[in-house]
Amino acid sequence: MKTKNIIIVGVGGQRTLLTSHILGAIALTGGYDVKLSEVHGMAQRGGSVVTFVRYGDCVAEPIVEVGQADLLIAFERLEAMRYAHYLKPNGTIIVNDVRIDPMPVVTGAASYPARILQDLRQSHRVLAVRAVEEAKALGNPRVFNVVILGVAAQHMAFSKDEWLRVIADTVPPKTVEINQRAFLTGFAYRETDQSTEQE
Amino acid sequence: MEVAIGASIAGVRAMASMKLVGVNVASDPLYSIAYAGVNGGLVLVAADDPGIYSSQNEQDTRMVARAAMVPVLEPSDSEEARVFTKLAFTYSEQYDTPVIVRTTTRLSHSQGIVHPEKREKVPDKPYVRNIEKNVLMPANAQKRHIFVEQRLKTMAEDACHFPINRIEYRDKKIGVITSGIPYQYVREALPNASVLKLGLIHPLPRKLITEFAAQVETLYVVEELEPVIEEQIRAWGIPMIGKEIFTVQGEYSAAMLRHAILHEPITEKKPADIPQRPPILCPGCPHRSIFSVMKKLKLHGAGDITCYILGAVAPLGVMDFNVCMGTSISMLHGMEKAKGKEFVQDWVAMIGDSTFLHTGINSLMNMVYNKSTGTVVILYNSTTGMTGHQDHAATGKTLQGEPTYAINIYQLCRAMGIEHVYEVDAFDTEALTTLLQRETKRDALSVILTKSPCALLKEFVPKGTCMVYESLCKKCGQCLTPGCPAMSKQENGIPKIDSSMCNGCEVCAKRCKWDAITLIPRKKGGNAS
Repeated sequence: MKTKNIIIVGVGGQRTLLTSHILGAIALTGGYDVKLSEVHGMAQRGGSVVTFVRYGDCVAEPIVEVGQADLLIAFERLEAMRYAHYLKPNGTIIVNDVRIDPMPVVTGAASYPARILQDLRQSHRVLAVRAVEEAKALGNPRVFNVVILGVAAQHMAFSKDEWLRVIADTVPPKTVEINQRAFLTGFAYRETDQSTEQE
Repeated sequence: MEVAIGASIAGVRAMASMKLVGVNVASDPLYSIAYAGVNGGLVLVAADDPGIYSSQNEQDTRMVARAAMVPVLEPSDSEEARVFTKLAFTYSEQYDTPVIVRTTTRLSHSQGIVHPEKREKVPDKPYVRNIEKNVLMPANAQKRHIFVEQRLKTMAEDACHFPINRIEYRDKKIGVITSGIPYQYVREALPNASVLKLGLIHPLPRKLITEFAAQVETLYVVEELEPVIEEQIRAWGIPMIGKEIFTVQGEYSAAMLRHAILHEPITEKKPADIPQRPPILCPGCPHRSIFSVMKKLKLHGAGDITCYILGAVAPLGVMDFNVCMGTSISMLHGMEKAKGKEFVQDWVAMIGDSTFLHTGINSLMNMVYNKSTGTVVILYNSTTGMTGHQDHAATGKTLQGEPTYAINIYQLCRAMGIEHVYEVDAFDTEALTTLLQRETKRDALSVILTKSPCALLKEFVPKGTCMVYESLCKKCGQCLTPGCPAMSKQENGIPKIDSSMCNGCEVCAKRCKWDAITLIPRKKGGNAS
């Protein structure tokens, strides 16, 4: 199989890393060579974070290069925009439809771009997911990341049962049930045109 | 490092791990133990940081290893990291030398498939008293130096046959000598090129390199950071291409190699021009409270290493410099000696409790001994924040989480002979203001311990969450100046507090002249939000 390149981006503390672990584990069950790579450094402090996931028959380089990603999973709109240039021309963006203001915006030194999704849609396939609302409805807003992973799973070749098993093996034991429900919510998610972007 | 050396001398295999700048601290014992050699295998794992993701500089540990005459193994993926570490112990005992396993950030922060083996129990060796080997007085050290030089020569010859130094012949038009993570970039960018993959990168296997160089048309050496391998190969008179086309800075990539070697165009895709998202202090961080007081008092901060480097940048901007662990105190000392007491009256040295115990104590003793004046603020958050929340000698817990003695920093400072030592709650901005105003002007050395736990500690319990009463808000923006990530400004100019992020520290509320921000206390056993 040709190597599949996935990038997960977000804001430090959004658990991009845990999400990449689930992705890595599912690729392992498929018998693929897998490499995960991230540089977190000071990421816990609310900075921009990126994790690379590559799987295929034989993976050498651990990073995904600019213009090479098949799939960009973004946990925040501005971060989707920051890393969109990593996508292949026909690549897909799955974005958590939330806005988290970076410090230059909070202090008024910069302004948050108004039409990120619209701009991204001009050159990419974009799926905006109201994952936090979906996760809240399930009872825990923190599992929004697995809702998004469920949406991403629609674009990958692993079965629902494989995903559920891998989630059970990867997340903390107490949270298996809610994470599996979050996954199924995402797996069945169909995009509606109700972006919160204009709010 | 010294503890590991002690274990090794006693006859037990031991390993110390650190990043690049840690090697500087460890270099003193490293240079000498290289002469004495080992009993139980002794391994130092050092992670370099090409691209400076989280360090002060981009130094190359391989240069230290060459100067210390210590062998270096460099793995190129997770599985090799496992195999090479095991091998490092074997070589250490076989050649009677400490061995460095060198990684880089990219490898240390990557995951790949590994194939674990069954754990082997290696029996401890008996301790043997050996004065000529282990006491490095000049007469002994002179003899040991002869041994060290011979050891490297022997190993370099043996290395021509080490399986971890392997030639992969493919098309011989291009030949590449490489190691570590760059090997992966070479394989990705030049899948048909012949490669000499070095697992042992010091000492170099000269015969193997000469043989490979003779077989290929154009020879490249691909190594991140300094031309360590390149300069040795050039010194042997072997024609090659290296740093004239590859950078000494940052990380490499397959695309970068394709561009440099095959002249393929670099992608023109550029990131969008959008606001940056720099790392920031967490909501409820005690440092924010202290820095906002310092900013108000227009104090300069002599800085140190860890989370509080975030106090150097906007919106707080109170830290003027940092160099390495412990330097906040020493440099304040130096400034006072050079420019006089008045000069440091609007300065404080700021250092964390963990860093203070690591290397701040010596600096403070030096200030006491040399009759220096100045104010030292110990940001006492009861953990090692940025590095990963390890316990330290004043938390009362070992790294394994067992209860242990907690060093009393207050008493320690008093025992040094410092008369003016004060403890204050980091969020008590009034008391902190009074203390800082008084102590910075004092004609003596003072220490202020600002005690409040890191907001990321498991034991941390938020007091509640803060809320904005919109009808009272005058939109002055003062509450936003400490730069709390839980706050944002709405379209109408009124600030909003994200209750899921707020830890109720009230730094924002204290800045509001109109009492428009109030703490909603946490319900017992529940969450205020």
